[in-house]
Parts: sequence; structure tokens; C-alpha cells
Amino acid sequence: MVNRPHGGRLINRTLSQKTTQRVMDEIKEYGRMDIKEVNAVDVGSIADGTYSPLTGFMTSDELGSVLSKMRLPDDVPWTIPVVLDVNRELMDFDEGETIILYYNGEPLARMHVDELFSFDRKEYARSVFGTNDEAHPGVKRVMELENTLVGGEVEMMGELPNPYKDYTLTPMETRVLFKERGWKTIVAFQTRNVSHVGHEFLQKTAATFVDGLFINPVIGKKKAGDFKDEVILKTYDELIRNYYPKAMTHMSILRYEMKYAGPKEAIHHAIMRKNFGCTHIIIGRDHAGVGNYYGPFDAQEIFKEFPDLGMEPMAFQAFYYCHRCGNIVNSKICDHDRQFHDSLSGTKMREMIRTGEVPEPYHMRKEVFEVIRSFDKPFLE
Amino acid sequence: MAEERKHTTVSIPLPLYRKIKERIEGTGFTSVSDYVTYVLREVLASLEEDQKEEVFSEEEEEKVKERLRALGYLD
Ligand SMILES: [Zn+2]
Repeated sequence: MVNRPHGGRLINRTLSQKTTQRVMDEIKEYGRMDIKEVNAVDVGSIADGTYSPLTGFMTSDELGSVLSKMRLPDDVPWTIPVVLDVNRELMDFDEGETIILYYNGEPLARMHVDELFSFDRKEYARSVFGTNDEAHPGVKRVMELENTLVGGEVEMMGELPNPYKDYTLTPMETRVLFKERGWKTIVAFQTRNVSHVGHEFLQKTAATFVDGLFINPVIGKKKAGDFKDEVILKTYDELIRNYYPKAMTHMSILRYEMKYAGPKEAIHHAIMRKNFGCTHIIIGRDHAGVGNYYGPFDAQEIFKEFPDLGMEPMAFQAFYYCHRCGNIVNSKICDHDRQFHDSLSGTKMREMIRTGEVPEPYHMRKEVFEVIRSFDKPFLE
Repeated sequence: MAEERKHTTVSIPLPLYRKIKERIEGTGFTSVSDYVTYVLREVLASLEEDQKEEVFSEEEEEKVKERLRALGYLD
């Protein structure tokens, strides 16, 4: 059987059609709050159990516990706040009320407002990111949060607009899929990039020791210069079709906004994949990091602090081609001098995509390169 | 974000306490309490491991399988 959900129970906070209809009939009686994309995506992840055992946005008790102990008040490991911010001067509801959360002008969820509370942005940032430096993209976003947080349970009514429906499976769906395929041990690979051959070897090395490989690209807000979501998905489709054992590979997406919280986010990534049914997660060099805020292996080390996480990290160093070994290797199994190491830099890859110069087969599969080249504009502008 | 201390005291035999104290010297554990908390969390988690029960009904599962078949994930 696949892994247990985090906290023991897979959460489902989706209202039935009948109840949704009833709420819609009386919708004018509820207070209204318009939410941002990141909050809407969080609502989706609460509702479908990706964030189990969370059933709503965090209250002050929960947030305080997560920031100071990296655990929910009931001792379940949790490292990344899931909060809903609002400008107290502009809101028209109060504690104890039930309100409707709107996204893109459409009702998305019903929320019971348990608590409205202020918080210390600096304490929040320092705890999660280990820094108050506003050059850190995660810190910057925390500093931009509104002055008040809304805590309370949510129930999803609508659906999030989703251009990749066929690539989207809920935790319940992946769990059934993994079970039907007879997988008991499953390793998750989190990605926000197209696959180089080094990534492929990383995944396949990990997959060697388990029943199934779950490739789980993160879809959502990215920065200019990143590959478009569609390019990432199409390149993986080609890669899997040509080079992966079909019976032990599955890819579906995760809608999520990266926080760049390094080690703490690695734990969060593991928790989400545990809810999808995985037992293992690949943690590479500087997982979920940005700039030089975290040590290259901090994200691997932090797992030692959670003997009760229920997820095994599979820690790897970077894979590269070594001209002496004549192979794709990693620094654990290759002692040769750096001058023999050969990996494709992001800058070089971009240049090749522009000019059409084909990468070496040990850098990037030609099928992947062809898919990228088939896009007029593969990068976000 | 009140950071109240939510701890309580548990008694353990003194010789055991001393043994643990010796054992954690030079490790990352800063107190016997830290160590005991760590070990208990580990033990409880592994006990829960053994009681994996199905998390959804047969009806729900059938509905999910329908979608998985339609997407070509299942035969
Ligand atoms: Zn070598």
C-alpha cells in the first residue's frame, strides 16, 4: 500500500454539488473577499488534500507553532505557513462570520473566519527563510503581505481555472493509480525545469531502488526567463515516451508557488508528495534554494530533524558528464578533476536554443531539444 | 503568535537518564528531553506506519478509476 497521508487522514474539503448550489442561491448573504492567485492555489491544495492535514488557512496558534517549532500544534511536522492576508481597513467581515472567497471574480470557496490577527512580518520571514534580506524573493513576498491574516477552515465550491487539466491528478487520484499499478515505494521528483541528461540520471538512479517514479513538475507563477510550463510538460512527455520505463513512471503536475525557502521548503515539498502517496523524495543540491542563502546540502540535512516525517529523502549531488569516466556520474562516484566535468550551463543552453546548435547527447536528449525548438517563444517574457 | 511553552514532565529512571546524558554528548542533541522527544516521535511514527488503512470508499475509488481510464493511465 502507498504511504499514509500526512497526519493520518487525506483531507477532502470540496463541497458537494448540492451544497454548492444552496450556497450559490444565498450567496448575497455572505461577506466577500477577493483573493490572489497564490491564495486560490492554496485553497485548491487544502481542498484536494495536497496540504493534509490542513483544513484551512492557519490561525495564530498554528502559525506560531509552525514558525517556532516547525510543527502544527498537534506535533505533526509542518514548516511552511499557509496563510491568507487581508487589509483590515478594506475588509467588510468579522471574526465568526462565514464568507465567500472569490478568485477572478468567481466564487471559489466558502470560509469560516475563526480569527483575524496581526503578525510580525520580520519574525515570519526570519523563521521561514533564515533571513530578513528583502533581496530574497520569499522574504520580499512576506514583507508585501497585508497587515492582517484570516484563519479558518475552507470548503471549495468552484474550480480553479486550469489549462493543464489532463496533466492534473489529485492526491486521491494518484493514490488510486499507484495502488492499481501495485507500487508500494514511490519516489517523487520535483522540478521546475526541462530535463537535462543529468536530471534524467538522477531520477533513474533513485528509481532503481523503488517501485515507481513520480515526476511532479511545479506549475505556476515563475519568473521571466524561465521555461514556460507547456515547454516543461511537452519535453517530459517526449522524454518519458522515448526513454523511461512506462510501467514504473508517472507524471502529473503540482500547482504551487515556489517560496525559495531552501531546507524548510524541502520538508514542505516532501509533505505534499507524501499526500500524493509517495514514500521517497529526491533532494538534490540546493533544493528549493535561491542565491547563496542556504548551504548546498542544508535541504538534505534538515530531514534528520524529523524522525516522524514519514518520507525518506534520497539525497544526491549533482550529476554531470565526466570525460575521464566517459559517463554520466556524480561527485560521489567520480574522483576526477573538475576540468573533466562537463555540464550544460543555463546561459549556454539558451544560446543553443537561439542558434539551433544541437547539444551533446550527454547534455540533453535531442528529442527534448527539438521540442524546445518547436516553440516560437519557449521562455516567459 | 504567542510562543507559550507547551511542555510537560515525564519521569524516567535516573540510571536511564544518566545513560542518555552520556550518549548524547557531542551529538546534535542539547538535552535529554530533546533526545527523548526525538526517539518517541520516531517510535510513534513507525507504529502508525503499520496501520495504513484505506482512506477512501469503494464508491469514490471507482469514480477515480473512471477518470484514470479516460486519461489513459489505467486499462
Ligand atoms: Zn570521472
